[in-house]
Amino acid sequence: MSEPLLQLTGVHTHIGQYHILQGVDLVVPRGELTVLLGRNGAGKTTALRTIMGLWHASRGALLFDGEDITRAATADIACAGIAYVPENMGIFSDLTVRENLVLAARDGGPDTARLEWIFGFFPALKKFWNQTAGTLSGGQKQMLAIARAIVEPRKLLLVDEPTKGLAPAIIQSLIAAFRELKAMETTILLVEQNFNFVRSLGDSVAVMDDGRIVHGGQMVDLAEDRELQQKLLGLSLDAHQ
Amino acid sequence: MTTTVTTPPPDGELPRLRLDKAPLLVLPILALLALPLIGSFPTWVTLTVAGLAMGMMIFIMASGLTLVFGLMDVLNFGHGAFVSVGAFTATLVLLPMQGWMQADSVLMNLTALGLAIALAMLVTGLLGWAFERIVVMPVYGQHLKQILITMGGMIVAEQMIHVVWGPDQIPLPLPASFRGALLIGDAAIEKYRLIAVAVGLMVFVSMFLVLNRTKIGLLIRAGVENGEMVEALGYRIRRLFVGVFVAGSALAGLGGVLWGLYKETLTAAMGSDIMVLVFIVIIIGGLGSVGGCFIGALLVALVANYTGFLAPKIALVSNILLMVAVLLWRPQGLYPVAKR
Repeated sequence: MSEPLLQLTGVHTHIGQYHILQGVDLVVPRGELTVLLGRNGAGKTTALRTIMGLWHASRGALLFDGEDITRAATADIACAGIAYVPENMGIFSDLTVRENLVLAARDGGPDTARLEWIFGFFPALKKFWNQTAGTLSGGQKQMLAIARAIVEPRKLLLVDEPTKGLAPAIIQSLIAAFRELKAMETTILLVEQNFNFVRSLGDSVAVMDDGRIVHGGQMVDLAEDRELQQKLLGLSLDAHQ
Repeated sequence: MTTTVTTPPPDGELPRLRLDKAPLLVLPILALLALPLIGSFPTWVTLTVAGLAMGMMIFIMASGLTLVFGLMDVLNFGHGAFVSVGAFTATLVLLPMQGWMQADSVLMNLTALGLAIALAMLVTGLLGWAFERIVVMPVYGQHLKQILITMGGMIVAEQMIHVVWGPDQIPLPLPASFRGALLIGDAAIEKYRLIAVAVGLMVFVSMFLVLNRTKIGLLIRAGVENGEMVEALGYRIRRLFVGVFVAGSALAGLGGVLWGLYKETLTAAMGSDIMVLVFIVIIIGGLGSVGGCFIGALLVALVANYTGFLAPKIALVSNILLMVAVLLWRPQGLYPVAKR
């Protein structure tokens, strides 16, 4: 396994009176795609939001690229090199595709060559460049959300359930995009419930349940072990197969 | 308001983006409906220009408030304090420069007025910065406390005006060049109202350009829709908010100077008095929408002027009735802002 880019140690997160993360230990190796699996309500989204500083850990430590980001502000975490694609995509509906990408490119405007590379797997974004993002289809919005995260090179991408509600054809585009990003050794932490989507993409995998990591290892091992899949993912796995 | 499309999508793939024209059409329809009721064309012209001038001044006062609400979900009931303080601050320049104000030179009048406006905007901008840090910051996310503490802040500001300028009304005559009316046919149009329309249009165009042509503007528009995501992209929304709060306060100060000259009398409560109209405007415009605020301000002012002439007894409630009618038609306001 490569050296860790992101490391969570005993992370607890409270939201109001609810104790959501109950001691999460997670390592995201540099240059790999790590998949975070688990049923609804297991704490996957909370884990991503805690990494991003949108909710702060009440206990534990988060190390990113050797720096402690446990109490850092969200904007500082983003500037440190983490891009975030939330579950609801978080695109700005009143802004055009171009304006969404201009905002995401903090260092001046988007680089032309980088944009052409993005248009290679998301051609719809080029077609609807000056279209208001709110009028795009669900799949095109997801493409925009991911494009926004990669419009400039980042050290780590956090992506929350990108296939949710998308048509199979769109999911194929996303698989191609993630393969390309993997080939460029981009580190990705991908939250998913769709095991079929991630089984061929993931290098390592962690499974969450009740706010804890209950399994960690290589994706290839989980993908080949149906008994372990049944044990860890239960009926939610069958529903996706 | 929405953005125009420069590259149309292929047929059948996406709906063509269109500017929502219905709220824009309400204004000319209202004006045309009023014409036969008023009966006299010159009177209608006078009332319409008066309504537009009043609307522009309300827009200047309300535009900052609607952005503050949209960006940080802050209900600032103390916004009227900036209107009053702006107007009273202007007297620090205008009263000592009465000679310049009453001279028959447009240049001297404009110089005195320009200095007064600059000082008023500077002071209200600084006051806005302090108000945000001391009064608003401790109550982010707590609407009830925001209402109570910002109203309290406005009362304190009004009392401070009494302390500094005394309890009496202060007369504020118009500059000599801006007094009187232009006669166009049989219609008399006050010069100052034309100036108020021009200033209001300049503010609106400037805001439109900043919001649509600059990165700061993009950030403000994005922040109004989803502030959390703006942070996640690496921008400090709090700094943006403080900037918008200061700019909004300075604009309220500008509005206060214009409103004070329009009324030709200043009272400490002039800001709180106008806040009812300001809130009606930002509600019917769509909270957080500058375009909606602009149309809403013109609509409120035209209705106030027409009903004041046609049925003075219902003039007092005309804006409440207008708000009810608009919200029945569009519950989120004329130009609702998409929220996460």
